[in-house]
Amino acid sequence: MPTLNGADTAFVLISAALVMLMTPGLALFYGGMVRVKSALNMLMMCFIALGIVSVLWVLYGYSLAFSGDVGGVIGNLDAIGLKGITPETLDGELPVFAFILFQMMFAIITPALMAGALADRVKFSAWAVFIAVWVSVVYFPVAHWVWAEDGWLFKLGVIDFAGGTAVHINAGIGALAAVLVVGKRIGFKKEPMRPHNLPLVLLGAALLWFGWFGFNAGSALGPNGDAVNMALNTQVATAAAILGWLIYERIRHGAFTTLGAASGAIAGLVAITPSGANVNALGAIAIGLVAGVVCSWAVSLKYKLNYDDSLDVVGVHLVGGIIGTLLVGFLATEGAGVSQFGKQAIGAFAVMGFTFVVTWILAKLIDVTMGFRASEDDETAGVDQAFHAETAYDFSQVGGSSTASVSAPSSQNKKVDA
Amino acid sequence: MKLITAVIKPHRLDEVKDALQAFGVQGLTVTEASGYGRQRGHTEVYRGAEYTVDLVPKIRIEVLVEDADAEQLIEVVVKAARTGKIGDGKVWMVPVETAVRVRTGELGPDAL
Repeated sequence: MPTLNGADTAFVLISAALVMLMTPGLALFYGGMVRVKSALNMLMMCFIALGIVSVLWVLYGYSLAFSGDVGGVIGNLDAIGLKGITPETLDGELPVFAFILFQMMFAIITPALMAGALADRVKFSAWAVFIAVWVSVVYFPVAHWVWAEDGWLFKLGVIDFAGGTAVHINAGIGALAAVLVVGKRIGFKKEPMRPHNLPLVLLGAALLWFGWFGFNAGSALGPNGDAVNMALNTQVATAAAILGWLIYERIRHGAFTTLGAASGAIAGLVAITPSGANVNALGAIAIGLVAGVVCSWAVSLKYKLNYDDSLDVVGVHLVGGIIGTLLVGFLATEGAGVSQFGKQAIGAFAVMGFTFVVTWILAKLIDVTMGFRASEDDETAGVDQAFHAETAYDFSQVGGSSTASVSAPSSQNKKVDA
Repeated sequence: MKLITAVIKPHRLDEVKDALQAFGVQGLTVTEASGYGRQRGHTEVYRGAEYTVDLVPKIRIEVLVEDADAEQLIEVVVKAARTGKIGDGKVWMVPVETAVRVRTGELGPDAL
């Protein structure tokens, strides 16, 4: 009878905590990139995923993703509310609770990634409904496809070690579908929409990088060879992607920008995610370099194709995820070749097709029922005030807190959300 | 009386303030401003998207002085604000009909 392995359990719990930090990190990364008037909303769009998805994961998410199987496409409801699982329940030598907690963090960050595409212009209530339904109908099934033993992509032999397809391609293509429904920000391509705080962006990117060790190495589910290989590759691929992005930028635009360095790091992290345990360090450097250059080029596509993916979720996560998922077909240390590449392509395109269609329908449903977009007035004035009754910064003495009148807190006279 | 207004580079503020104090000016008003002259602004790049920032940060200083001091005071400001590089700013003077010290109600030059 198997007994609990303390080292594995400790490793997975610590990894889960590391991955948890990625979502607030993402919030800062995105938050610094938006304008002052919607900085808090950006943070909240990410942070609310921690609230909503954690609860749904326990209620039925884990069950749909990892308990049982229906035709390789989704789990069953046997473990609804974590029924029948106790602290003593083991899967091999690992407590199931540890796995549930670790996977919960993946379910949280995936919808949060899409927030960057919709920055500045959606109703907070609509966003909350969107991610609750999106994880239920898109993420939970796709996680089952890719990671559950009976999932059809898992059985096909698609390599997705830590979430290149289930997390990054999934969120990237979902973001694209959502922005096509929601539409462009007022003033897109006319007004400057410069990042308001690049130090915050770099801090967020650094926290993401730090947490990503848990995301990638943690996916080995134990302190073993895969984990150390993945941890090393996470570092060098990210480093190479920074260099790739900056070199491309210097040649194309004449400067080594801070935003480029931060973005390059994320592109590298995304690209190494599906493949890191299956390549060596030189392969990881190659993947990182390619991801840095290609993602840097890809973010300009939105201007050419005329869709407004505010913070380049498509250019970084979708494109980076595809690069990593496809390149592992050729760079894998075992079984690389046309056959594996074909499997990788099937995995990537199956997720893109499914997620695009379902997300588009979901976004459209929300748009025609409760309305997805903030009103024009709220968007122009900044969604922070409209939906959170707060502002990120108090800059001015005129109209700032020094002249505002104070009244006793009351539950009335609050206009929050639409 | 004259109102001297100077729009200068922010980092010259201390020099100008010290020079005005040495000259004997009793009070001044400083405002953060932005604008451009012939040099226009500069270009910033964010993920390949170029933004032209034509309104660059400036400091606007206003001083009320008696007619006799005005020309000399302008010289003092210009000397202190000058770096010799593009974007040093401008100084101008306009006539002022009256001024009142709010606390006492004194009028004209007495209010300075």
